[in-house]
Amino acid sequence: MDHLQVNHVYQWMKITNDKIQKNKEVLTSLDQAIGDGDHGINMARGFQEVMNKLDAENYEHVADMLKDIAMTLMSKVGGAAGPLYGTAFLKMSTRLKEQDATYKNFSQAITEAVNGVKQRGKAEIGEKTMVDVWAAVADQMSKESHFSAELIVNTAKEAMESTKEMMATKGRAAYLKERSVGHMDPGSVSSFYLFEALAEVIAEEG
Amino acid sequence: MKKIINDPEHAVQDMIKGLVAAYPQQLKQIKGTNVIIRKEAPVANKVGLVSGGGSGHEPAHAGYIGNGMLDAAVVGEVFTSPTPDQVLEAIKAVDSGAGVLLIIKNYTGDVMNFEMAAEMAEAEGIQVDKVIVNDDVAVENSTATTGRRGIAGTVLVHKIAGAMAEQGASLKEVKDIAEKVIAGVRSMGVATAACTVPAAGKQSFELAEDEMEIGIGIHGEPGIERKKLTSAAEIAQELTDKVLADLDFKDSEVAVMINGLGSTPEMELYIVNQTVQEILAEHEIKVSHTFVGEYMTALEMAGCSVTLLKVDKELKALLDAHSTALAFKM
Repeated sequence: MDHLQVNHVYQWMKITNDKIQKNKEVLTSLDQAIGDGDHGINMARGFQEVMNKLDAENYEHVADMLKDIAMTLMSKVGGAAGPLYGTAFLKMSTRLKEQDATYKNFSQAITEAVNGVKQRGKAEIGEKTMVDVWAAVADQMSKESHFSAELIVNTAKEAMESTKEMMATKGRAAYLKERSVGHMDPGSVSSFYLFEALAEVIAEEG
Repeated sequence: MKKIINDPEHAVQDMIKGLVAAYPQQLKQIKGTNVIIRKEAPVANKVGLVSGGGSGHEPAHAGYIGNGMLDAAVVGEVFTSPTPDQVLEAIKAVDSGAGVLLIIKNYTGDVMNFEMAAEMAEAEGIQVDKVIVNDDVAVENSTATTGRRGIAGTVLVHKIAGAMAEQGASLKEVKDIAEKVIAGVRSMGVATAACTVPAAGKQSFELAEDEMEIGIGIHGEPGIERKKLTSAAEIAQELTDKVLADLDFKDSEVAVMINGLGSTPEMELYIVNQTVQEILAEHEIKVSHTFVGEYMTALEMAGCSVTLLKVDKELKALLDAHSTALAFKM
């Protein structure tokens, strides 16, 4: 695969949605342990709406598609995850506007997404948030020059698992800081599904 | 769960319809949204004031829509922030060209969703600014926030910024006065019984019959201490002490708000107020205004909060200014 096209993005979202629907309970129970328990429900509702939107429209440009994904997530997921995922896709869309999603452009779009999420969530790497997974993938991708399914999925997986031993400092009560250790961050897990889905699309294309 | 609702999924929409139907001369719902606006919005040459957040805190925030207070309230699901598209609709509906100020309670979700809406509105050429209310002295960080939470003190921000906007002040002036209120307002609450979110169907936390939780959040987020229920005087003392310890109120004049969380009767709120007034007198702190009632609830949670706002001549006049808001008539 030399660049990401509209049909690839469609598949990416479809596989992501399947994974999230299948793992809704996993996300919810992770969030019940250390958050407010609605991540699975919210993400499942949001990505289902994304699929409804993509199925109802025809796209010529990846950027337009990413923008609609962003707006749908923003308005349908709610909570904190909605604006964060919405921002990620909106930044990707902006970076790819009137551009082909070549490896270089797409890699830079992911970096833009990370910057957007950091700014929106006022979070940095190592604070047990989705930033940990996104930043690791962006960093890895920026060092490469072609799409590699294996690298993306391995990087995302390792980053997700690394959140388990981290102590939460964002949006958590002081005593939850200790309690949060030992649980993976739900936003990192849903982000892993997203990158795992992207890797599957890349692997499929060869 | 024992609630007078039809379907938990529709509780918010049903409430909005009922609210607007009760006050059709004053309120209007923007079609296809959960946004309630002042009937005459946008008011010519006036800065628009938008607040909102999860529902379940009634009369906040729709009860504060009116001449002299808010122009719009964006209503989220119970205890859940509304989404940016909804906030954007509110901003667009109340902008007269003089700009719009967003009054946001400090919860991670609320801040993010309102900030996104502000950016979207700016992209459409609307002048937007924001203030974030964080009056709760109980905890620095919570399950729902980075920093302190915004609770009952938010209502005083609505009142004062609303009065300022009504006088024709600029967006910057309205923002500055709101920031002045935020700098001088502190609150602290206690719960004696939990509440049940309709969609969840069970209580968000459990308190034994003889227990209370000091410093609890208005969504049932953990406070600072759970202990045996004490007398009203002791509770009032504990809450007021915490508030007084957080800001230098020496030689100042204050407005007091004793806020009920949903199912604590007015009788008990007045009993608490009695002690609060005594403590303030002991500290030689003069009281300009006292508001006792339900201003920022948490569904049927039982308990109350004590809010003190440092006032001067300017803030007192703005507190006294005319308001037609349903829950804050002056």
